Amino acid sequence: MTSTPFRPRDWSSHPSFVDPRADGYRSSALRGPTKPLVPIRQSISELTGPVYGHDSVGELDGDLTRNGRRNGEPLGERIVVTGRVLDENGRPQPNTLIEVWQANAAGRYIHKVDQHDAPIDPNFFGGGRCVTDGEGRYRFHSIKPGAYPWGNHPNAWRPNHIHFSLFGPAFATRLVTQMYFPGDPLLALDPIFSGIPEAARERLVADFSIDVTEQDFALGYVFDIVLRGRDTTPMED
Amino acid sequence: MALKQTPSQTVGPFFAYGLTPEQYGYDLTSVADGMVRDDSTAGTHIRIEGRVLDGQGEVVSDAMIEIWQADAQGRYAHPDDPRGSNADFTGLGRQGTGTDPQSRFRFDTVKPGSAAEGSAPHISLIVFARGLPSHAYTRIYFADEAAANATDPVLSQVPAERRETLIASRTDESGVPTYCFDIHLQGNSETVFFDV
Ligand SMILES: [Fe+3]
Repeated sequence: MTSTPFRPRDWSSHPSFVDPRADGYRSSALRGPTKPLVPIRQSISELTGPVYGHDSVGELDGDLTRNGRRNGEPLGERIVVTGRVLDENGRPQPNTLIEVWQANAAGRYIHKVDQHDAPIDPNFFGGGRCVTDGEGRYRFHSIKPGAYPWGNHPNAWRPNHIHFSLFGPAFATRLVTQMYFPGDPLLALDPIFSGIPEAARERLVADFSIDVTEQDFALGYVFDIVLRGRDTTPMED
Repeated sequence: MALKQTPSQTVGPFFAYGLTPEQYGYDLTSVADGMVRDDSTAGTHIRIEGRVLDGQGEVVSDAMIEIWQADAQGRYAHPDDPRGSNADFTGLGRQGTGTDPQSRFRFDTVKPGSAAEGSAPHISLIVFARGLPSHAYTRIYFADEAAANATDPVLSQVPAERRETLIASRTDESGVPTYCFDIHLQGNSETVFFDV
C-alpha cells in the first residue's frame, strides 16, 4: 500500500489545549491535556475516514430558513454562506460533509440547556448540513445568529458565530471550528476567538460579498476553510 | 504549502442538536450515533462504555466522542483500504455524554480486526468538549489482546507507564463483552493523546 500522510496539525494556527491567559477561556483550565502529545506515524487508521456524497444530506438540510418552519418564516436577517474547502496544498476537497449549528437571531439556541433569556423562534431550528461539490464548494442558507451572554467573566458575550464541523478526506483532517462575521466589536473581547494565535484569527472571519448576496432575499458571506494537506513525499509501506 | 490551516475552535456546550440530534431528542437525523453495528454485522458484538473526566476527576457531561474503526476483518470502509470493505459497516460512531445519568458514552459495535501487519486491534477516538479549544486524538486498545498489544507499533511509542491509559478493561456482566474506557483529560492518570 502506498499512502501519503497528512502534514501535522499546525499549532501556530490552533488554540492551545489550556488557555494560558489569566483572562482567557476559563473552562479550558481543567479540561485541556497538559502532558505532551505523543507523536505517531499516521497509519491506515488515521488516513481513512467516513465517506460522504450528495445523497448524505436531505433536501432541506442546507436551508436553515426552511428546515425548522412550523407556522411561518423564521425571524432575522437571512444570509447565504458559501465558500470552498481546500487543503494546505490548495487542492479542493470534494464530498466533504459540513455540519453547522447556531443560535437564532436573538442569540438563543434551541438546545435544552441554553438558559439565556432571549426568545426561542418557533420557526428556526438552527442545525443543518451540506456536502462540498467537485470543486470543494459548499453553500447553505440561514439567519444571521445573534450574540449571547455566557459565564466566562462578568459581562461576557459571544460574538455572532456559526459552528462548523468538517470531516475532510480522513480522520486526521477532522476539524470543528466557528465562523465569525466581519466588523463585530465583540471579537476583540472574546477569549475563545482570541485564544487562536493572532496571525491565524482572521481566517475565521467571513467576508461580506455583494456578489454572493441574493437580490431581495439574503446577505452573502464567503468563508473558505483549509484542512490539513498531504505531505509531498509519499510513505511506502 | 500554499495555504494555512483553518484554526480549530471548541465544539461548545450546545452541539447536541447539530451533531447528535437523535440521541438528545431533536428533530434532525443523525449522521452517526452510538449504534455502530446492526444485528447482522459480522464479528464479535461488543459494547464500549466510558466517561470523560476533568483535571479534578469530575465527569464532563458536555463532551462528544467520535470513534472510527475497522470491521471484524480489519478493513476500513474507505477507498484507500486496498482490501475492500464490508459495505454495511461504516465504522463511525458519535456520542455525546449528556444523556446518560452517569455521563457515560456508549458504543455498540464489533471488535475490530487487526488493520495492518503487526497492528493490534484498536479504535481511533476523538474527544471534543466545551472547554477543549482543539480536539484530542487517542486510541482504544483491548485488555484481552495482550499479546498483540505487546508488539503494536503505536503502543510501543508510548512511555510504558502510560500505556495502561489506552487499554480498555473488559467485563461480561451485561451479557455482551463490554470494554470500559474512561478518558482522563488531565491529572496523574491523564490519557495519552496523540499528535496524529
Ligand atoms: Fe455558540
